[in-house]
Amino acid sequence: MIRPSLASLHLGLIAGLGVAALATFALADTPKPRIVSLGGSVTETVVALGAGDLLVGRDSTSNYPESVLALPDVGYIRALSPEGVLSLTPDLILSEEGAGPVEAVAVLQAGGIPFVTMPGSFSAQGVLDKITSVAAALNLEAEGAALADKTAAGFAKAATRADAVTAPQSVLFVISLQGGRVMAGGEGSSAAGIIALAGGVNAVSGFEGYKQITDEAVIAAAPDVILMMDRGGDLALSAKDVQATPALAATPAAKAGRIIRMDGMLLLGFGPRTPNAALALNAALYGG
Amino acid sequence: MVMLAETVDVQDRSLRAARVTQGLALALVVAGLASIGSGATGVSLFDMLDGLTAREALILWDIRLPRLAMGALVGAALAVSGALMQGLFRNPLADPGIVGVGAGAGLGAVLAIVLGGLLPATLSAWIGPQLVPFAAFLGGWAATLALYRLASRGGSVSVATMLLAGIALGALAGAVTGVLVYMADDRQLRDLTFWGMGSLAGASWAKITASLPLIVPVLALSPLLARGLNALALGEAQARHIGIDTERLKRITILGVAASAGAAVAIAGGIGFIGIVVPHLLRLATGPNHRFLLPNAALLGASLLVLADIFARTLLAPAELPIGIVTALVGAPVFLWILLQRRGIGGM
Repeated sequence: MIRPSLASLHLGLIAGLGVAALATFALADTPKPRIVSLGGSVTETVVALGAGDLLVGRDSTSNYPESVLALPDVGYIRALSPEGVLSLTPDLILSEEGAGPVEAVAVLQAGGIPFVTMPGSFSAQGVLDKITSVAAALNLEAEGAALADKTAAGFAKAATRADAVTAPQSVLFVISLQGGRVMAGGEGSSAAGIIALAGGVNAVSGFEGYKQITDEAVIAAAPDVILMMDRGGDLALSAKDVQATPALAATPAAKAGRIIRMDGMLLLGFGPRTPNAALALNAALYGG
Repeated sequence: MVMLAETVDVQDRSLRAARVTQGLALALVVAGLASIGSGATGVSLFDMLDGLTAREALILWDIRLPRLAMGALVGAALAVSGALMQGLFRNPLADPGIVGVGAGAGLGAVLAIVLGGLLPATLSAWIGPQLVPFAAFLGGWAATLALYRLASRGGSVSVATMLLAGIALGALAGAVTGVLVYMADDRQLRDLTFWGMGSLAGASWAKITASLPLIVPVLALSPLLARGLNALALGEAQARHIGIDTERLKRITILGVAASAGAAVAIAGGIGFIGIVVPHLLRLATGPNHRFLLPNAALLGASLLVLADIFARTLLAPAELPIGIVTALVGAPVFLWILLQRRGIGGM
């Protein structure tokens, strides 16, 4: 139960090295490799590289572009079923960090299927690294370089816009408003990442990830803008919900009616579309 | 409560129990074969009979057999622990959770999931991915020992105190869990949710090897407690008069449950209803005698969990359903049905 398992060592090695060589080797003898992609940003990157037709499966967090929704869903990335993934007879599995359970990943590796874990962080460099790694694993270096250049150019454009901002707006990202309690994006969250790329300032700090914050903290944060996800359907938060939450209604953002809603996966996905998201958010914040 | 008022022909009953045991053993074999022969890849028993390809060998040895073994072990451990607890507490609602195993293991798992990243690197490298099961087992064990201590006075254990202290300890564990849930990030929250619903997806020979020495001795030796538990059903004082060392009986039973149920929860997460439903079903069939109840519970618990796991991993293939959902969906209606049956034959 407590021995350091071989599986964890494997996982560490693969995560550390990105082992593209292994994947290339396996793909050399299959004309059209079958790929299972785990994690929304990795799936998006595969499709953006023009390899979408190689996908034979995805995890439940992969929902963009719409074409991938037709693929078999192997479940949540942290609760994979090894036989479920095997049943798709993949030649290569591409994954975001943190796929699990560890035993399932170990079984897939034991089956000789290259399991390549992609690096990633909520920054421009993180997106570029991911594109390069996915392209290397797919043996599509040329396409990868082109997509990375295009994405880097997008980030450069967004950075120019962000640098030109003279009076940064403070932005409060609200991920949910359950029972009138505000759950906001703190330090190190994907929301903080995109706000920074768009030239804004996260209105709240002092906690990591997404947390519920008290009404007084919302008022003290005094955000200029409230940012929310546009999920469609019943989950969508509307301006009405904001005005109905007393703490939010008291903020400068709500008083001025400055509530921005954007597609959640575009906003927080940290894939090839992120420069567009940064530019769109920048435009929504500062006009232009 | 589990006593039957009517006089029963003992001979007849033990004959019937023996037949039930044979039937259950057969059921376990059938469930096991069905489990080996079904799965998302569609590889069947017949495919395996004509020699194994490398892929079939992987599916058999690394996926289906460990799941079958773990399902059978966990199901048997939970059912026998449930039967032992109901016997010891003379309460039909008792399950392994009553000695704090569930709450303690849950707290241990949550601690490991949320705070595991704070461990020194050398320690976390050594313990690796087994941190959560290890912490869950320690938590369950610590909670049981604490309850046992709280309920002990002058060499005797008050079962009623243990029951009440268990409720208090459960509330405390729940509150600490709440604080940790608040601290958890998104991914940890999803891990917590999935842990609570139980799963055999993380089955591995390593986990089975680690839990085997904790579960199998309890399963094998539990029938030795049958005479004592049967006597205890008459009341603690009466059991003592018959010559049962009730304190020793309580100690052994509680430690046995902490070991076996603790190990089961640690490797498979929170799987409900097996511990309650299985002993009740068997009492309907063969009566309250622990001599039959305990071995039959092991067989039926193992078969049911193996069957539930077949559904869990094929219904949504290639994804899979947490097995705790399957056992609760099936177990809760069955439990209600049992209650209605018993009302029919003259109340509890």
